[in-house]
Amino acid sequence: MSTKQEDIDVSVWRGDPHSGNYENFKVPAQESQTILDVISWIQQNQDATLSYRFACRVGMCGSCAMMVNGIPRWTCRTHLNKVLNGNKLVVAPLRNLPVIKDLVTDMDPFFDKWIAAEGLHHPSKTRLDPIEEIEPKSIGRVEIDTGIECINCSICYAACDTVTNNSDYLGPAALQRAWTVYNDVKDADKQTVLDAVSGDGGCLNCHSQGSCSVHCPNDLNPMNAIAGLKRATVASLFSRKG
Amino acid sequence: MNIRLYVLQRITALIMAPLTLGHIAVMIYAVQDGLSASEILGRTQGSIIWFLFYGTFVVAVSIHAAIGVRVIVSETFKFVGFTLDAFAWFVLLAMLFMGGRAVLAVTLL
Ligand code: SF4
Ligand code: SF4
Ligand code: FES
Repeated sequence: MSTKQEDIDVSVWRGDPHSGNYENFKVPAQESQTILDVISWIQQNQDATLSYRFACRVGMCGSCAMMVNGIPRWTCRTHLNKVLNGNKLVVAPLRNLPVIKDLVTDMDPFFDKWIAAEGLHHPSKTRLDPIEEIEPKSIGRVEIDTGIECINCSICYAACDTVTNNSDYLGPAALQRAWTVYNDVKDADKQTVLDAVSGDGGCLNCHSQGSCSVHCPNDLNPMNAIAGLKRATVASLFSRKG
Repeated sequence: MNIRLYVLQRITALIMAPLTLGHIAVMIYAVQDGLSASEILGRTQGSIIWFLFYGTFVVAVSIHAAIGVRVIVSETFKFVGFTLDAFAWFVLLAMLFMGGRAVLAVTLL
């Protein structure tokens, strides 16, 4: 329970795909309040037409990401007192994605790039074959572990300047997924993955400055996965020629 | 950025690194006797070794920088296709010309 009820000044981006601007609200501060709580309070008490997206509220579904004071964050797990700038909060739709309305972005380009990066399973067996045992400590499996907990929140995609400057760039999450597929001994088509990630919009565009890894709320390291893809791409170039 | 450009940029970086270290090492060594233009030219002029040393560096740096600048203009100014490639070739040739002229002046002419 809050001891004293101070108001926070919240600017929320309102608009459609073509235009928009910030609208200001006063929101009563509460103890243990998250950014998602703030947005929900506005929608429930001040303007029912405010659009935003969330589902799980516990950091599992990856649907609540927004720009919070200029930084991409999962709003359901971000406490207000961690990010408040003076008494001000600015909330905007996620960067690098088209806006549908208010705080809701169109995530299609983000997911389409997962497919374009071949971040999908290429089966090596039929359903009649016995399930292959994977040794948890094997090199490939350990490498996969570092990237598997991705919740598809697109925070890394919003944080990546290369995505901003090159709309073809597949982006950190899709490339990281491709890296986990590439390391999967059960995957039958690693060359297809390498071909998909080494084209014009692929891993070689990454500047390795690591905004993706800094901002990933699950502490994943897409930059490292991309470095792995770069090494694999170069190695396959020489092995194919040799 | 395609794989050929990427590999070329890494290889030229590998070539430049030891040459840069060699350059700095020789500079530190040479400066001990005092540094004057005539003293440097006395060492470098007519030397095929220094011609190859700095010539290799100029070739490597021209390729390396042209690929790097190509990325910057594509991301910043959205150059694509022929414009982008033409720009990169221009940077390459301009650097080769300027660097080559300097190396010739200092070593062979
Ligand atoms: S390290 Fe690569 S993928 Fe990550 S933010 Fe930078 S350019 Fe984007
Ligand atoms: S890598 Fe991290 S920031 Fe990127 S989509 Fe996955 S969980 Fe989100
Ligand atoms: S609402 Fe599911 S991660 Fe935030």
